[in-house]
Amino acid sequence: MNTLIAVLVGVLFGAGIYLMLSRTPVRLIIGLVFLSNAINLLIFDAAGLTRGIPPIIASGAEKLARSHADPLPQALILTAIVISFGVLAFALVLFNRTFKTLPARDLSDLKATDT
Amino acid sequence: MNTLLVLPILIPLATAVACLLAWRSRTIQRIIGVSGAVGLLTTALILLTTVWREGVIASQLGNWPAPFGITLAADLLSAIMTVLGSLMGFSVIIYSLGSIDRRREAYGYYPFFHLLLMGVNGVFLTGDLFNLYVWFEVMLMSSFVLLALGGEKPQLEGAIKYVTLNLISSAFFLTALGILYGMAGTLNMADLAVLAKEAKYPGVATTLSMLFLVAFGIKSALFPLFFWLPASYHTPPVPVSAIFAGLLTKVGVYTLLRVFTLLFIQNPGYTHTLILALAGLTMVTGVLGAMSHNEFRRILSFHIISQVGYMVMGLGLFTPLAVAGSIFYIIHHIIVKTNLFLVSGVAHRLQGSFELDKLGGLSHKAPALTVVFVISAFSLAGIPPLSGFWAKYVLVLNSLQIESYLIAATALLVSLLTLFSMAKIWAGAFWGEAPSDNEPGRIEPSPPDLLTKVALYAPMFLLAGLTLTIGLMTEPFMALAVRAADQLMNPAPYIQAVLESRP
Repeated sequence: MNTLIAVLVGVLFGAGIYLMLSRTPVRLIIGLVFLSNAINLLIFDAAGLTRGIPPIIASGAEKLARSHADPLPQALILTAIVISFGVLAFALVLFNRTFKTLPARDLSDLKATDT
Repeated sequence: MNTLLVLPILIPLATAVACLLAWRSRTIQRIIGVSGAVGLLTTALILLTTVWREGVIASQLGNWPAPFGITLAADLLSAIMTVLGSLMGFSVIIYSLGSIDRRREAYGYYPFFHLLLMGVNGVFLTGDLFNLYVWFEVMLMSSFVLLALGGEKPQLEGAIKYVTLNLISSAFFLTALGILYGMAGTLNMADLAVLAKEAKYPGVATTLSMLFLVAFGIKSALFPLFFWLPASYHTPPVPVSAIFAGLLTKVGVYTLLRVFTLLFIQNPGYTHTLILALAGLTMVTGVLGAMSHNEFRRILSFHIISQVGYMVMGLGLFTPLAVAGSIFYIIHHIIVKTNLFLVSGVAHRLQGSFELDKLGGLSHKAPALTVVFVISAFSLAGIPPLSGFWAKYVLVLNSLQIESYLIAATALLVSLLTLFSMAKIWAGAFWGEAPSDNEPGRIEPSPPDLLTKVALYAPMFLLAGLTLTIGLMTEPFMALAVRAADQLMNPAPYIQAVLESRP
């Protein structure tokens, strides 16, 4: 399972970066989505995929009944998902507005502020 | 629970919320915005004196003992950066009163400005790497909005480049965090520092350090990763440019300083030599870029890159004196660079352009502005007795002491080239002939009224005065930098303060 997820992370990273190198703005945004999902999976995988119960000791018991799963990576991913969602929403509006305002057709036309 | 550590984050948040509640009234937003900035500056100064007297202070949020909860911690470096951040916030918000247009004010300039300050202070004060990521995003999100606010064509185009490259940097950072957590099982910086000493996986640690270097390298505009900066910093209104120029790249430098003195110290022969090489290349490319331009703000943007090289150079040399030099350089640079951007704004206001060949003759028209520019520009180039001279002196002296002659020579050469391009601005904008009035396409500038003038000039005088003070009375500031560097190089008290602090 670990290997499978690792391969998936690699594929998502590759696809994301490939899409971001394209000149079409929509592809750039989809590439960003792939990238952030790849990272979420990577956090999950790097912290170890274990099946287990939540780390809460039942009342009256001295220790956990079975092996537990680490809740922290899930908390990290949850935060990362919320942030990447917010950023994505902003990026979508920004790209939409930019290509409505500027005469540019794609990203390779954006050269006015370059040096 | 130490309130002093939470207040630099809470005050800007409260200010931003209050500004949002007063959405309809520009006047009330202005009053709230300024008083919030004053409150923040006062708190930051109290924090600095407390840390100076009592050493590192730490606090655990939500009563979870470290390393399980989120830690806020302030050593001297954090406190210095918080003070500088709030000082720039204060100066720029006063300047904004005289220069931000009504439409931007009506569409949330003040709330986002304070959210930016909140993110910046959060980065400086947190003791947890994931929390650092979250504060980075708070800061980035508000900077995205401030950059694009107003929706002018160059702004939107600059924003696309800025947003995309910063998102890639965040992606690198988050990847590094995931792998680091998998390896170490903790993201508390003090706890990680303890583990780093044991050096269980030196190979993986070096790989990870490179991921962090790329992530923070993009944010602090290091050599091959700086392209977003000159493409975007000259597009927004001047106050926004100024606060970005003063603070945002320096946040990247702060994280580099923190991470490469606390966590990745296992293999300095590789990591810190690489950082030193990058620092040299950053200085040279930055200053060459600046020399090739003829627009006020573009020249200044390239100088940010070149100066970041100096700050990182001290980290690359990795001796207590060199790190102290870096910290002193940051103190000097934030003040001077913000001020130069503010000067460019008034120049634009007087002559209606940022192009050097259309400015001309400012020394007759605005003598006060000329004095401020001369102090800041000469300080940037490192002319004694201004603050930049001492910053460069310490760095070059130390690189000669430890026999890194190449970097010392680079630093001196770049400083000479900096002087050249400052002289170019001087000759083009301040000396020279005033451009003829009947030139086509020239916007006739409106003379500012008295209140606007006060709002524009007061922060510039304040910052220029500070530059002079640091230059003429270097002793206390250098003592501060040396002690901050000492805390960075011997992190035992920091680790102890974080891990043993009671909730």
